[in-house]
Amino acid sequence: MTRLLESESIFVLREVAAQFGNPALLFSGGKDSILVSWLARKAFYPARIPFTFIHIDTGHNFPETMEFRDWWMKELGVKLVVGSVQEAIDKGLVAEEKGYNASRNLIQTAVLLDTIEKHRFDAAIGGARRDEEKARAKERFFSHRDEFGQWDPRNQRPELWNLFNGHKRQGEHFRVFPISNWTELDVWEYLAAEQVPLPSLYFAHQRAVFERDGMLLADCDYIPRRPHEVPALETVRFRTIGDMTCTGAVRSSASTASEIIREVATLRVTERGTRSDDKRSETAMEDRKKQGYF
Amino acid sequence: MRFTTAGSVDDGKSTLIGRLLYESKAIFEDQLEAVRKASERSGDGEMNLALLTDGLKSEREQGITIDVAYRYFSTPNRKFIIADTPGHIQYTRNMVTGASTANAALILVDARKGVQEQTRRHAFIASLLQIPHLVVCINKMDLVDYAEEAYHRIRHEFELFAAKLDVRDVHFIPVSALKGDNIVDRSENMPWYQGSTLLYYLENVHIGSDENLIDPRFPVQYVIRPLTDTHHDYRGYAGRVASGTFRKGDEVLLLPSGFTTRISRIDTYDGELEEAVPPMSVTLLLEDDFDLGRGDMIVRENNKPEITQDVEVMVCWFSDRPLQPNGKYILKHTGSEVRCIVKEIRYKLDINTLSRNQNDLHIGMNDIARVLLRTTRPLFTDSYRQNRTTGSLILIDEATNETAGAGMII
Repeated sequence: MTRLLESESIFVLREVAAQFGNPALLFSGGKDSILVSWLARKAFYPARIPFTFIHIDTGHNFPETMEFRDWWMKELGVKLVVGSVQEAIDKGLVAEEKGYNASRNLIQTAVLLDTIEKHRFDAAIGGARRDEEKARAKERFFSHRDEFGQWDPRNQRPELWNLFNGHKRQGEHFRVFPISNWTELDVWEYLAAEQVPLPSLYFAHQRAVFERDGMLLADCDYIPRRPHEVPALETVRFRTIGDMTCTGAVRSSASTASEIIREVATLRVTERGTRSDDKRSETAMEDRKKQGYF
Repeated sequence: MRFTTAGSVDDGKSTLIGRLLYESKAIFEDQLEAVRKASERSGDGEMNLALLTDGLKSEREQGITIDVAYRYFSTPNRKFIIADTPGHIQYTRNMVTGASTANAALILVDARKGVQEQTRRHAFIASLLQIPHLVVCINKMDLVDYAEEAYHRIRHEFELFAAKLDVRDVHFIPVSALKGDNIVDRSENMPWYQGSTLLYYLENVHIGSDENLIDPRFPVQYVIRPLTDTHHDYRGYAGRVASGTFRKGDEVLLLPSGFTTRISRIDTYDGELEEAVPPMSVTLLLEDDFDLGRGDMIVRENNKPEITQDVEVMVCWFSDRPLQPNGKYILKHTGSEVRCIVKEIRYKLDINTLSRNQNDLHIGMNDIARVLLRTTRPLFTDSYRQNRTTGSLILIDEATNETAGAGMII
């Protein structure tokens, strides 16, 4: 099955290179965008990946993510453009949330759209998957965005066979999701079989964490703790990697990809269940996607 | 294995999908919890499994499904992708979209109501899109006391209609999605039924032969030219094998140039291959230095597609701007993109009676018509019946950039 998925994703990536003049790949340092970059390397071998990489840096990333990012960009030999949320806050373009649950998740959308516009990217490839979340279950491979970067779920283009329509007006762009049909388990099985390098965060490690709303958050400078929230050293790993402020850890002793596969196969909670950005409301993802989130 | 389901909320489609997902443990606790909460809010009392498949806020507010949703589940034997499509008449386009990549179509029939307009519509679309396997689930058997007569009556009714369609493999299963009869486990309530359960059928139906392994077609998708010191003269033709088998050393014909040469290498990142079959994404290298580009096709001398500027298609219309006689559209077919003009609308098809209407040629959203197109450049086509890749095309509205129609080449 993963061979079929690989072949489909490579087809979509080549389609982006063929249909767009200035395509970019959204790289978060998470396993899904690492997978997409791995597939992109395969798709264009022995040539270089014909995409500029974009990283939206919220300033609240895990240090392990940043380290991995810089190493992997060099390894792939691609150009990286960083959209800085801190810079946008300093310039007054966006306002930061306040309080215990403050997150830069929402304001990174504005920075992403700004980066796309500034560099005149006409397509942004992302690692979103349909099995992650109910709004993402309705996404296309080629997802049209209007001049404000917005997604209109009620007016999506029908997508038939493997004929992708990348036509757009000046100023509009596309989001492209080559791994739409992969499940979390597919991703892990493939990453393990291919021995794809990953940030250490995905594997079991010792970390000071504290509990909030049923989630285990990393003890760090970016999250103000309430008095009763006392951090304790635990053996944990991360199922998804986002900002330190919104990504929860899970207690786990899985320290290799194959141990993770065994764990994922028996897990009874979705991976987005460790993300407080999705827990804000029942339609948090749909609402953010409409505004231009990926 | 990809399958599509269509039907309205009350024929039990959501319950059926919900059960498949639940029994195969593809539903997670936080998803169930979300559904439980939403059910409580809407005052349904019981857990409403339909909420599992209705994703968007606007859909839940209106209690309808607007768009195709994709669901995933797996058993130890097979992985499944469900294209869950809404059954409202105005959303034929979604049904067509979901059907275009499916190996099988699940058609639900309410055992109390028998074959409905909706059933016929879905069966027709499945045949039009050449879905290889049809599974008719005669549902709600618990409400007709698991009567064998009900099953046979509906089966007969469906077969009468299906005789007029181009379907190759039809399978009938009496089920109760609500009670779980014949979904995963054999029903004790229907000892008269000797066939397989739905899940057993889905796990075991042979889909390997759904690909066309006869006619070699390789549409060039993208040309790989590294222009580096180590690969200075490398010129690879990247693409996905549409059909047939390509082997290293094969003599091939290049279209449109008509030159012949041999395949010198079949390249992938993971090393060279001896042969490539559909739907592999590979890179072909040729012995002679010809300049191929996107939209060109690599085939065999003794097995060529049709090379033509006149394309006869069954078109399914998606746009609220009606199909214009003499209208010009962008046409996408494999890797090529040309312009085309609508030369003639032959007839509109009545999807319920399958009759051809030559008097009313107004082709609006969700209509299906037979149309003759003339293209600015030749296309390399096969009939859709023989080849789902080289036999399919889409029409794009030049003014709005919308995908306005889908065409199946006759």
